[in-house]
Amino acid sequence: MTSAAPAIEVADLEKHYGDTRAVDGLSLTVEAGEVFGLLGPNGAGKTTTVEVLEGYRRADRGSVRVLGLDPIADGARLRPRIGVMLQDGGLYPGLRPREVLRTFAAFYEQPRDPDELLDLVGLDGARHTLVRRLSGGQQQRLALALALVGQPSLLFLDEPTAGMDPHARAATWQLVRDLRDAGTTVMLTTHAMDEAEQLCDHLAIIDRGRIVAAGTPTELTNGSTGQDVRFSAPPGLACADLAHALSLETNKVSEPTPGQYVIAASPSPALVADLAVFLRDRDIQLSQLRAGRSTLEEVFLRVTSEGQA
Amino acid sequence: MRATAVLAQARVEALLSLRRAESLLISFLVPIGILVFFSEVDALNTTLRRPVDFLVPGVLALAVMSTAMVSLGIATGFERRYGVLKRLGSTPLSRGGLLAAKTLDVVLIEVVQAVAIIGTGLALGWKLEQGAGLALVWLLVGTIAFAGVGLLLAGTLRAEANLAVANALFLVLLFLGGMAYPLARLPEFLEVIAHALPAAALAESVRAALRGASIPWDHAGVLLAWAVVAPALAARFFRWEE
Repeated sequence: MTSAAPAIEVADLEKHYGDTRAVDGLSLTVEAGEVFGLLGPNGAGKTTTVEVLEGYRRADRGSVRVLGLDPIADGARLRPRIGVMLQDGGLYPGLRPREVLRTFAAFYEQPRDPDELLDLVGLDGARHTLVRRLSGGQQQRLALALALVGQPSLLFLDEPTAGMDPHARAATWQLVRDLRDAGTTVMLTTHAMDEAEQLCDHLAIIDRGRIVAAGTPTELTNGSTGQDVRFSAPPGLACADLAHALSLETNKVSEPTPGQYVIAASPSPALVADLAVFLRDRDIQLSQLRAGRSTLEEVFLRVTSEGQA
Repeated sequence: MRATAVLAQARVEALLSLRRAESLLISFLVPIGILVFFSEVDALNTTLRRPVDFLVPGVLALAVMSTAMVSLGIATGFERRYGVLKRLGSTPLSRGGLLAAKTLDVVLIEVVQAVAIIGTGLALGWKLEQGAGLALVWLLVGTIAFAGVGLLLAGTLRAEANLAVANALFLVLLFLGGMAYPLARLPEFLEVIAHALPAAALAESVRAALRGASIPWDHAGVLLAWAVVAPALAARFFRWEE
């Protein structure tokens, strides 16, 4: 399904609000048919960037091509081909889900069936409930359905699972994977690191209007210097004894939060084996073990200014 | 395709209008109430033979003001607050399509209002003898002027402020509009102000048309000026996001 031309190409994008540089020389490429994640702290320029791509805002400098088109000059040709899920709102409080979906369906050449979509996002039981009476998670799902109704080839999702319960969240992730498998390109902004890790083919971390790290989730987490072993177990283990058993200095084993342990040493096979023996001899149950790799969250905190502060 | 989109949106606009009970109150109950009350109770002491001859044109102008300025403006302000305007901006409907749909909705409501007002007027002894075409022109020009004012407020103020200002403006313009009683009954300094406002300009223009008098260019000129300036200001200053 992927074609040679990228779905989104941004080069040296700048966007200023007065003296504030919301976006400051940002470049990125989103290939057709992939899920691309844009991460960043609040105010990093994520939403501004996406709104330039959606045609809501005009770039001050740089070039922007979305599906090969200029989002503003070619807006009338671009809008039928994109689907947009805004971070919050965008819904008439006084309408019912089916009414909104049927109206939006009439805006597109080949819309999806509104009732099928309501089933797909799990709103079949709420199709006749006024939007203002829906829960936050249900409103999010309706916003998602509205983004899908025009069968877009490019889908923008701004924090799509914020406010959703775990079931709805898992269902939404599966929906995004299915869309990707059917050839839809997805541009996703999120705060949820697990969402980014699970869903995205490529990620870019943005801070102060610039990209500070980019790659696949594996590249981002492997490329870092996560030289330690972390595990979770009942709180209050004797850290000094463990350090001794691992032939390490006492201060190399710590319990930064109760039940979360960090061994500041290279995760060699010998060290992991010694750790296992220590736990077996004391009949200690592990609930989590991670060696060598940083989590995406750790990478995120390291490369963004919020983490440095 | 574009027509389908505009019609679907117009349908939703009409549906929403029907669900806003408070807006129906101001669009129907207030004009009809004024028409019936002041026709039956001679509070006006007009120089006209029958108050209803004075009232029907004034109340038609009032109806246009309530729909094009108050209802349209308040609804649009809240749609802006809820991000609906923004969301529609990235659909193929486009802003032009949205404006067309809202125009259709306003005209549709005004037609129903006009039928109700004229029906009530006829029942109260009013006769439609002349000037209907010209009156219609002035009502349309008035619609453009008041929609411009309503959208200017809706696109620049916060939704709650817009709600308050639109309702207050409705009352002020009703009192200074020559709609329920003649302008000449106002103190002189208020009469001067009233002459510059779009409400009296519309009411007097429609009244002259239905009486078969020549066009009162002082009033009509004021109305035309509002119909040009208010939409131009709205187009210039309207912000699609709050």
